[in-house]
Amino acid sequence: MSNGLIAVAMSGGVDSSAVAALLKKEGQPIVGMTMQLWNQRRLPELSTETSGGRCCSIDDVYDARYVSQFLGIPYYVVNFEDQFEQHVVRPFVDDYLNGRTPIPCTLCNNFIKFETFLEMASGIGAEKIATGHYARVSFDEPTGRYQLRRAVDSTKDQTYFLLGLTQAQLSKTLFPLGHMLKTETRELAREAGLPVAEKQDSQEICFVPNGDYAAFIAAYAAEQGIALPESGGDIVSQTGEVLGRHAGFHNYTVGQRRGLGVAAAEPLYVIATEPASNRVTVGSPADLLTTRLSIRDMNWISIAAPDEPIRAQVRIRNRHIPAPATLTLRDGLVEVEFDQPQRAVTPGQGAAVYDGDLVLGGGWIA
Amino acid sequence: MEKLKRGGQPSPPATIRLPSRVAYFDHNATTPVAPDVLAALLPVLAESYGNASSIHQHGQRAKQLLESARRQLADRLGCSPKELVFTSGGTESNNLALAGPHRHVITSSLEHPAVAQPLAHHANLTVLPPNAEGLITPEALRAALRPDTDLVSIMHANNELGCLQPIAELAAVAHHAGALFHSDGVQVPGRLPLNLTALGVDLYSLSGHKMYAPKGVGALYVRQGVQLHPQLYGGRHESGRRAGTENIPGIVALGTAAARPLTDLSALRDRLEAGLLAAIPHAIVNCAAAPRLPNTTNIRFAGLEGEALVIGLDLRGFSVSSGAACSSGAVEPSPALLAIGLTREQAKSCIRFSLGESNTADEVDALIAATIAAIAHLRKLSPTYV
Repeated sequence: MSNGLIAVAMSGGVDSSAVAALLKKEGQPIVGMTMQLWNQRRLPELSTETSGGRCCSIDDVYDARYVSQFLGIPYYVVNFEDQFEQHVVRPFVDDYLNGRTPIPCTLCNNFIKFETFLEMASGIGAEKIATGHYARVSFDEPTGRYQLRRAVDSTKDQTYFLLGLTQAQLSKTLFPLGHMLKTETRELAREAGLPVAEKQDSQEICFVPNGDYAAFIAAYAAEQGIALPESGGDIVSQTGEVLGRHAGFHNYTVGQRRGLGVAAAEPLYVIATEPASNRVTVGSPADLLTTRLSIRDMNWISIAAPDEPIRAQVRIRNRHIPAPATLTLRDGLVEVEFDQPQRAVTPGQGAAVYDGDLVLGGGWIA
Repeated sequence: MEKLKRGGQPSPPATIRLPSRVAYFDHNATTPVAPDVLAALLPVLAESYGNASSIHQHGQRAKQLLESARRQLADRLGCSPKELVFTSGGTESNNLALAGPHRHVITSSLEHPAVAQPLAHHANLTVLPPNAEGLITPEALRAALRPDTDLVSIMHANNELGCLQPIAELAAVAHHAGALFHSDGVQVPGRLPLNLTALGVDLYSLSGHKMYAPKGVGALYVRQGVQLHPQLYGGRHESGRRAGTENIPGIVALGTAAARPLTDLSALRDRLEAGLLAAIPHAIVNCAAAPRLPNTTNIRFAGLEGEALVIGLDLRGFSVSSGAACSSGAVEPSPALLAIGLTREQAKSCIRFSLGESNTADEVDALIAATIAAIAHLRKLSPTYV
């Protein structure tokens, strides 16, 4: 079926619905697909009255199906629960239990949306996939590479979460919203009469109700028979002085200030969580500052791996403003030296490397 | 790559449409309403609107239609009309049949959720796994019986696999131990001759929409003398066994459907199986050695994602199925496939083709060709299974 079919990943939200409407209006052959990623009836102890409307909820599937019917396109729900648990949920929990702060959205993009979904889309005969991500992709003739650029709407730019995309994945991916402002997306949805035009954006990590990681980890660990770390341990200063007790290091994340329960003259922040010694190290804001980090599993996107040190900007959190740095490849790692110290460099988080709008690549903070 | 200019001139119309003529191979999910059943149903819906409990002529006409349909169904099932209770369908029939109190219940891991769920919370429940052929043997049942066993529920034909259980033998084993025997038979009456009296069951569930009648009507066979525990409280309809004004149009349709001759689909099914197995490597028919419904084949295409194949075939104009639908509409591995010992991965690579009386040899041949093409495409993408 070589007909240029495009599979639109539809979450039931306004962005992906607008993508479907846009492509449909252009006369592209499209099919709508929703990924069923997590069974919301699992871990019933987490369900709350306010936990509806999350990713993969029946309400979102209802909306995606409604939009597909409205647009008159074929629509399917595909079940990736097994893959999502294996590649996203389990590593998310393991990371926390090992003192790292993971970003499941990047894992989901790497392993599910641009891998399993792309395979499924190819399997049913689609040639490309389209998603509602705010990012731009284009083919660069001189280098022969697909290049990734930040979205025109800088407030919605999602390239930080796309740092694992490979050339093969990018060659089959459309981001129709990369050129649009969020306000324009809403306007498009309204003009098209989409039933989700006024729907609120989702915020939290989709499988964690109300953003309560600790409760999710506890419930999942109990279901899976994973031993949780000792619930209590010492909160120590950088010199090893015991300042108080913590309630399980997996409840803390680097840079966290609230909820430490330690009285001190100056505000204290989590500097590190140490699974081996079951300690949480705290310090002053100055202690959070670092000028160096290493990136492991670096994925070069818009350029090939450079032979020489390069100047670029590195983003260490989604909301972080990419900071100028010098990057050097060494022993399979990318050593980053920032021009200015950066706050709360957190192992396990992603590091995205930019040259202005261009996403050079990205990897994981070692 | 990014040629998506907003407001730009659309390329030549390329809108994908589902093919207008869709060949339907999912009759175990539901059957179409047969033309002669529809012809019998429509005038009842339009004109015979009386309440079968009313004294007047309108009511009497409705009552006549109700009892005629019951006699038609009883003829088809080899039982007495008095032994049939009309319900809203298979799920209600199963719930009514299984309502307790029961001390110890035995069922199988092949059951449809309409049996598994009503029993799920029973304090004393034994769930028998089938053997590799998908069968519950009389020996396995005998071994599971306890002195306090008072109910056994084993489905007649499995909806996914089509395998037929030795119901007469199983019922005899249950009776020997003093237990009642229920069977969920919704897949059978539209496909095979049936005599419930000879079969020896005490309770037997059936559903209109698996035998060319519409959705929303079914029946429960209750052998004379067996005590039911009504689940709906209200008027004394159906001899006090099922309250609620009778669905006369649906019941007439069910009676009409029961009186229709059966179509033997085994030749077409065998043609489909042979065509697929001859052309597609690593294809295995599940439960091939068991007695099976003549219209059903369930085939494992090793290494393939069944969901992708179902969608790919749908986009080519063929309706088939894979696994069990969950509430979102996504597919989960079917419990029956797991029950016969397949792994989750293996279960996900199974496709059910279930034929109906309107399927033709041409449709079967077209389905074979489309399946071969869809699988060739999928296997090209995952070279492990070339």
